[in-house]
Amino acid sequence: MPYYPHTDEDVQQMLAEIGVSTIDDLFSEIPQNHLLKKSIALPRSLKEHEVSLLCNQIAEKNFSHTCFLGGGCYDHSIPSAVWQTAGRGEFYSAYTPYQSEVSQGTLQTIYEFQSMMSALTAQDVSNASLYDGASALAEAILMSIRINPTKRRVLIASVLHPHQEQTIRTITASQDVTINQIGITANTKIDIKELHETIERNQNQISSLIISYPNYFGALDDIHELTNLAHKNNILVIAYVNPMVLASLSPPGEWGSYGADISCGDGQPLGIPMCGGGPSYGFITTRMKYIRQLPGRIVGKTNDENDNTGYVLTLQAREQHIRRSKATSNICTNQGLAVSASTIYLSLMGSKGIDATVCTSASHTRKLLTGLKKYTVSTITGSQFAYETTVLLPIPAKKFIEAMNSRGILAGSAINPQLHPLLRRHYSQKQINHMMQFAVTEKRSKQEIEEYLLHAKKVLC
Amino acid sequence: MAQRRKQQAALPEVSELEAVRHYTKLSQKNYSITTECYPLGSCTMKYNPWVCHTLAMNNKFLQVHPAQDSQSMQGTLQILFELQELLKTICGMHSCSLTPMAGAQGELAGMLMIKKHLQRKKQLHKNEVLVPVSAHGTNPATAVMCGFKVIEIACTSDGNIDIDDLTAKTNENTAVIMLTNPSTYGLYEVNIDRIAKLIHGVGAYLYYDGANLNALLGRIRPGDIGFDVMHTNLHKTFATPHGGGGPGSGAVLCIKELAPYLPQPTISTLVKSKKKQFVMNIDATDSDRSIGRLSHWFGNVGVLLRAYIYIRLLGREHVKEISNHAVLNSNYLFRKLIKAGFSSPFSHRYPAHECIISLSKEKKEYGVTAYDIAKNLLDYGFHAPTTYFPIDIPECLLIEPTETESKQELDRLSSAFIDIRNRIQSNDSTIKTAPNKLSIGRLNEAKAAHPKHLDVSYHKK
Repeated sequence: MPYYPHTDEDVQQMLAEIGVSTIDDLFSEIPQNHLLKKSIALPRSLKEHEVSLLCNQIAEKNFSHTCFLGGGCYDHSIPSAVWQTAGRGEFYSAYTPYQSEVSQGTLQTIYEFQSMMSALTAQDVSNASLYDGASALAEAILMSIRINPTKRRVLIASVLHPHQEQTIRTITASQDVTINQIGITANTKIDIKELHETIERNQNQISSLIISYPNYFGALDDIHELTNLAHKNNILVIAYVNPMVLASLSPPGEWGSYGADISCGDGQPLGIPMCGGGPSYGFITTRMKYIRQLPGRIVGKTNDENDNTGYVLTLQAREQHIRRSKATSNICTNQGLAVSASTIYLSLMGSKGIDATVCTSASHTRKLLTGLKKYTVSTITGSQFAYETTVLLPIPAKKFIEAMNSRGILAGSAINPQLHPLLRRHYSQKQINHMMQFAVTEKRSKQEIEEYLLHAKKVLC
Repeated sequence: MAQRRKQQAALPEVSELEAVRHYTKLSQKNYSITTECYPLGSCTMKYNPWVCHTLAMNNKFLQVHPAQDSQSMQGTLQILFELQELLKTICGMHSCSLTPMAGAQGELAGMLMIKKHLQRKKQLHKNEVLVPVSAHGTNPATAVMCGFKVIEIACTSDGNIDIDDLTAKTNENTAVIMLTNPSTYGLYEVNIDRIAKLIHGVGAYLYYDGANLNALLGRIRPGDIGFDVMHTNLHKTFATPHGGGGPGSGAVLCIKELAPYLPQPTISTLVKSKKKQFVMNIDATDSDRSIGRLSHWFGNVGVLLRAYIYIRLLGREHVKEISNHAVLNSNYLFRKLIKAGFSSPFSHRYPAHECIISLSKEKKEYGVTAYDIAKNLLDYGFHAPTTYFPIDIPECLLIEPTETESKQELDRLSSAFIDIRNRIQSNDSTIKTAPNKLSIGRLNEAKAAHPKHLDVSYHKK
C-alpha cells in the first residue's frame, strides 16, 4: 500500500543512474502545458481497514433476498474448492499464456475446458471462451456469415432475452447482416409454419437459424425438427444454450440428423457467482471443419524436443495480433479466470453431478409451480421446460413482484416490453402484464419454497 | 422428460481431492505476478492487491442477481456510479459507461459511437480511420468491424507520428484517428496538439487507446490533450487481475457531444423523497441515440468493484505517484540496458512507462533473436517482455516494469539481461535452446497448428 516500494534513497540512486536530477526531468520532453498543475480532485487515500469498512458499509445496501430469478443468470451452488483453487495467485495474476513454457497451468486448464465444452455440447471443437453469452452469439452470427458470405440474413427461430438480441444487433451493426425474429405460438415455442414460409420467401439468402434452448420463457423448442428444416434448406444452425441443462437434455451436436453447426451460450451457471451479472464468459463450439472461422483464442496440444507433452496457443493467424484488420474478430482477452473456475467446477461435479443439479432444480420449479396453481396461476410454457418457466398471475406481475420483494423474496421477472408484440398475437396486453418468469435452482430449500408459497397466497388471495 | 440426453457427457468423474490436487498442481506450473516479475510492455502487469479481491468477494456483492430491481442493489449501483465519476475525473472526460467487458470492446464502443454520430450528421463519406503503423492489432481490427476503411500512418525515426504523412492522408473522408499516448514505442506523442488541430479541423475525432494510461496517471489527462473518446483497460492501469487472460474491463469515456451514444446502461442518480438513489439508465430519453448494448447485463461488475477499491486506496495523494514511479522504473532499466550494450532505435529519448530494445544487431552478429532472449529470461525466473510488438521495430522487446517493482528487482532483471548478453558474446549454445531450466522445453508451435496434428480436445473424433 500504495504499492510503489521505492525509498527516497532508491529514487536518488536511480535518478543518478539515468543522469537526471528529479523525476520531473523525465517528463521534460512533454509540452509542459499538458501536465496538470495540481493533484486530481479525487477523495483522499484510504488505508486497507478504512476501505474495508467503507465497502462493507456499501455492501449492506444490497438486500439479501431469496432468489427465484432466471433469464440467463442463475443462483446455483458453487463448491468452495472452485474459488479457493481458481483464486490462487498463480491463476489469479497470471497473464495471457503467450509464453507457453511458463503458462502450462493456464494452457492445460483451457485445453481441458475446451474438451469439456465440446463434450457438453457434443461438438468437435471449442475456443478458449469469449466475453459473455450475448457477445458469443454475435460472434457466432459473424462466423456463419464468414462461412457463407453471400447469405446475409439470420433468423431468430426461438425467443432470446431482449438484452441478447440488442447485443447481437449492436455488435453486427456495421457488417451488412439482417436479423429477423420469427413469430411464436401461444406456448411461446416458435411458429414452425411461419418459419417455413420465411425460409421459402428468402431462398438462398438465409445464413443461419438461431435456436435458444431453453428460450427466454423457459420453453423447450422442437430442436430436432427445427435443425432438420434448416439443414434441408442449406441453412446453418446456431444453438444458444444454457450449458447446465446439456448434462440432462439433448446437446446441440445431437440435434436433428446432423447436429447444430455452432453452439454458444453463457457459462455463468457453471461455477460463476452472479455478482450483478459479471464477469462470466461466453463459450462457442463448432464442427472441426469450421475451426479456422472461430474467433478468440484456441489452445492446442504439442510437445517439446524431449517429447514432453505441452500446450500452446494455436491457429493464432486468425487473431488480431497477427491479422490486424483481417482478423476474424477484434477480440483480445478471453475470460481467463472465469474459465479456470468453470473448468474446476465441471471437474468437481462431473456429468452425474450436473445432471443431478438440473433434475433437482427442475423438480423444485415444478413444486413451486404446482403450489402456485392453487392460487389461480396458470402456466404459459406448457409442461416442457427445464428449471425455468413463465406463468400467468391473477394480478399484474409488477405488483406481485413488488409485494414479494417487500417480503424478502425476489419472486420473478415481468416480461420485457420488447417481447410484448410477439405475445400480442395470442394474448391481450392485460394478460401479458400478468405474466411472470421465474427459475428455481437446487439451492432453494424446501423451507424457502414453502415461504414463497405462503407469501404468494397472502398477496394473491 | 422428452429430449433427455441419451448418453452421459464425457466430463471427468473424479473425487474432490483428485480435482483439487490436479488444478492446484497445474497452478504451480504458471508464472504470475504473485510469484515473478512480469515486464510485459503494453500490459501493465502491476501487483493485484489482495484486499481488492477480498472485498469484492463479499457475499453481498456476489449474491446480487442482475435482474433485481435497483432498489435492492443500491450498494453495487453506488460503487458503479462512483467509479464512473472517478474515471471521468482521472481521464478529464464528460461521461462514462462501464459496460464494455474488455479493452477491445471499449474500442468497439467508442468507434460505434463515432460512426453513429457521423450517420446522424449525415456525414457518411467520413469512413476512413487513421491508425499509426505501430498501433495494437485490436485498433485496425475494431475499425474494420465497424465498417470503416483503415489507413496506416507512418512514424518517424524519432518514434512520433510522421506529421507530413498524416497531413497527406487527412481529408474530408477522415472519421477518426486512433492513437495511444505514449505510443506503443513507449514515447510521448509530442506533436499531439498539432495532430488534434489537424484532425478536428476536418471534423474528425481523436480516439484514445487507454492501454498506456499508466504513464499518464495523475499527471496528464487524455481529455485535456484533445481526445474525444477513449477506453481504459481496468486490468492494466487499475490493477484488476489478468486471470490467465481475462476477465478485463474497458470502460469507455467521452466528451459531452458523444455522451448520448454511450453503450447502455450507464448509472445515474435520482432524488426521490429527498433521498438520493442510484438508477440504471436503461430507458433514458436519449436511448435511441445510444449504440445499444454490448453485453447481456452491465459489464464485468466483479472487475469494476476491484478497480473502485484500488482507486480508493490510491486517492489523490498517490495517483500521480503511479505515473512518476512507472516512468522512473522504465527509464532506470532502460539506461542500464543501453549502458550494458543493448541497442534501441530511441536511445536518445526518455521513454515513458515502457521502453524498447532491438536485437537486430545481435541477430546479424550472432544469429540470436528477440525470441531467444525472451526464452532465456524465463530461466532466470522472469516472465519475458513483449516480443515483436510494435510490429515495425525488428527483433524488438517492449519492456514495462510498472511502478510496483522495486529497484532491487530491476537490478536483478538487468543483471539477467547482461548475463544473457555475455553468454551470447561467448557463443554459448544453450542460448538457442532456452528455456533449459523449466519442467518443459521450447514447445513445437508449428506442430500444434498443423492440420495433421491439430489437437484441441482430449476427445478425438
